[in-house]
Amino acid sequence: MGFDLEQVRPEEHEELKRNVLVTSLEQLKGWARSHSMWPLTFGLACCAIEMMGTGGAHYDLDRFGVFFRPSPRQADVMIVAGTVTKKMAPLLRRLYEQMPEPKWVIAMGSCATAGGPYVRSYSVVKGVDQIVPVDVYIPGCPPNPAALIYGINKLQEKIRYEAKTGKQVTNR
Amino acid sequence: MSEENKREAGRQEETAAAEQQSPPAAEQTEPAAAEQREPANTQEVSGTEPAGAGAEHPNQPQPDTMPEHPDASASDKPAEPAEPAAPAAANADAPSAPAGEAAGAGAVDPEREAKIKAAQEARAKRLAAKAAAEGATAGAVAGAEAGAVDPEREAKIKAAQEARAKRLAAKAAAGGEAAPGDAEPAEPKPPSPKQPWLDEAVELLKSEVHPEAVEEAVINELAGDMPTITVKAEHWRAAAELLKSHGKLGCNYLRNVTGVDYETHMEVVYFVINLETKREYAIKIRTDREQPSVPSAVPVWPSADWPEREIYDLLGVDFPGHPDLRRIMMPDDWVGHPLRKDYVPLDPEV
Repeated sequence: MGFDLEQVRPEEHEELKRNVLVTSLEQLKGWARSHSMWPLTFGLACCAIEMMGTGGAHYDLDRFGVFFRPSPRQADVMIVAGTVTKKMAPLLRRLYEQMPEPKWVIAMGSCATAGGPYVRSYSVVKGVDQIVPVDVYIPGCPPNPAALIYGINKLQEKIRYEAKTGKQVTNR
Repeated sequence: MSEENKREAGRQEETAAAEQQSPPAAEQTEPAAAEQREPANTQEVSGTEPAGAGAEHPNQPQPDTMPEHPDASASDKPAEPAEPAAPAAANADAPSAPAGEAAGAGAVDPEREAKIKAAQEARAKRLAAKAAAEGATAGAVAGAEAGAVDPEREAKIKAAQEARAKRLAAKAAAGGEAAPGDAEPAEPKPPSPKQPWLDEAVELLKSEVHPEAVEEAVINELAGDMPTITVKAEHWRAAAELLKSHGKLGCNYLRNVTGVDYETHMEVVYFVINLETKREYAIKIRTDREQPSVPSAVPVWPSADWPEREIYDLLGVDFPGHPDLRRIMMPDDWVGHPLRKDYVPLDPEV
């Protein structure tokens, strides 16, 4: 590299101390991933309205590096916002499989978490975790934008924690 | 009314009852709580005397959930014997409460006990409602314990049940008044302004289609005086063509198609309207429940396509003459027709 620490002048050394960070590659990846989570637009019911509101100007998900993508190929995280019917379930599974690794899933609202008010229905899947592995569950019917942002925050924390420690937050 | 329907209605009624009753329930528990607050307070006063009572605390099997009135557990005063028994019973039939708490519940926190009581009452009500359907032992156990322990509570439950039954009866009466209006012929009130439409259509159907084509013809007052004609299935195709193409009727627009499972039979209802004169009809076709089949109206009104598919999908009614009769809402491999009253969901958790 042609870089000799011995020959660094004191003022240059000061400059280096202020400007060079040392970290592991995993943590760097975790940092980068957690701050550019592109969700697959997956609005299924009324939760989608809240999700849209969160993406809009007032709550502005863009400031967290969260940009909705229309294609699973470009997405990192699937925000399942709404009621998953049994007819939709195979499609949801396929879209999840089309997402490139690493990928995460947020179950937004009580329907995606556990069936919600439709838990006794013949046609509704009782929680999206029966189809795909879920990282974060957001309760609420529907959760308000602040709750969604909190859930995204939790997922960011999880990504960084797992990058830092190499441990899984949960066994899934 | 089917069993399922009744249960559903019961559940709604129950939730309504719970909402309505929550304030009185709170009032009911109030005096009990007040009763207990009195001795608790005196005990607190006595507890301010040092040492003696306080020293006994470590020996007491005290649950850690009552920090507010620790002195209430002072063993020298077991309050009234009936009172501690009540919470013990409450916890006995509450599967979620740890058993240790039940044992230690001799220590009475009035607020907490009031809460327990309220919860218990709600549970007992639920159980009582369920008991008929399930015949479960849980209901019997709760009932037996309630009878053994707390007559006051039982009386309250009884009162609540009576109130509920009264409301149900009132509702049934209201419903009973409304329902026959559907089936009975027009009442001796001033005839509906739509009566001439009905008479005209019935006349035409009888003369042009078949003398026996019309089973029943009424003005449905509940549906905005909708002229409602029940047509025999074998004459439905001809009747549909007449309704659409006859100069006087000219019902060129099919507004809606629905299906009903009456448990004794199935019914498909076509709502048609003449867009120029706004003359409208509801045409009902009754059909057998085991082999439900109604001639399709798609050749006459192409917009019947999807509604008929939906009725086929959810109720299993066959529509001979339909160009593309397959499921529209449920997945193609679905088994059964979910809106039939005898449909049993396949999910174990439902």
